[in-house]
Amino acid sequence: MNDIKVDLELDCKGLSCPLPVLKTKKAVDGLTTGQVLRMVCTDKGSIKDMPSWSERTGNPILKSEDDGEIFTYWIQSK
Amino acid sequence: MSGQKKVALIATQGTLDWAYPPLILGSAAAAMDMEVKIFYTFYGLDVLRTDYEGIIAPQANPAMPMKMPFGPKWFQNINWPIPNALMGNVPGFESFSTSLMKKTFKNKGVASVPELRDLCIDIGVEMIACTMTMDVFGYEKEDFVEGVNYAGAANFLDFAADSDIQLFT
Repeated sequence: MNDIKVDLELDCKGLSCPLPVLKTKKAVDGLTTGQVLRMVCTDKGSIKDMPSWSERTGNPILKSEDDGEIFTYWIQSK
Repeated sequence: MSGQKKVALIATQGTLDWAYPPLILGSAAAAMDMEVKIFYTFYGLDVLRTDYEGIIAPQANPAMPMKMPFGPKWFQNINWPIPNALMGNVPGFESFSTSLMKKTFKNKGVASVPELRDLCIDIGVEMIACTMTMDVFGYEKEDFVEGVNYAGAANFLDFAADSDIQLFT
């Protein structure tokens, strides 16, 4: 799992709800099935929001990292 | 899409504090593949105007924290205890506190109301302007941003009746 190939990077640092979710949605929609988006943000709400968004839209989160200030998500396009 | 969730929101107020929630919920719902319609009526119509300003009236919101959007963090976290009677009597207090609030939102990385409104339209949220209140307040279609639809109560209720979420925001 350490070597996930990333097809697109999205930097949402400094943005608040609901912008990380909106930008993630837009970015994932631009990918083809199986491609991976890495989204980085500083929005603490994303810890709960991203899994909810992922489950609802069916785009799986392959991996996530949380260092307390920066949150990173590897999201696969469905 | 079959089985797509539907969200019906009603927005009746146009001040900054009331403008945000339907736009945030609406855009997030659309990003979650839900079909969203926001019914803008009465003062909510202001949000759809091309020249939306958005004010906030601290006198009318006693629980609103009064904070400064600049200086060190400890300073920004101070909640200034300004009595309501004083706020109402200082000329320009409303525009002063509105600009402070907008600055705070910007500092925290929150999109402005017009930005969020345009994002909503862009992501497919249907914005419905109530034609009856438009008529009452003398608004024309030219006053509103592009992408707005025009209808009345029955049209919105027809959608709301089959929606999974209906909120008066």
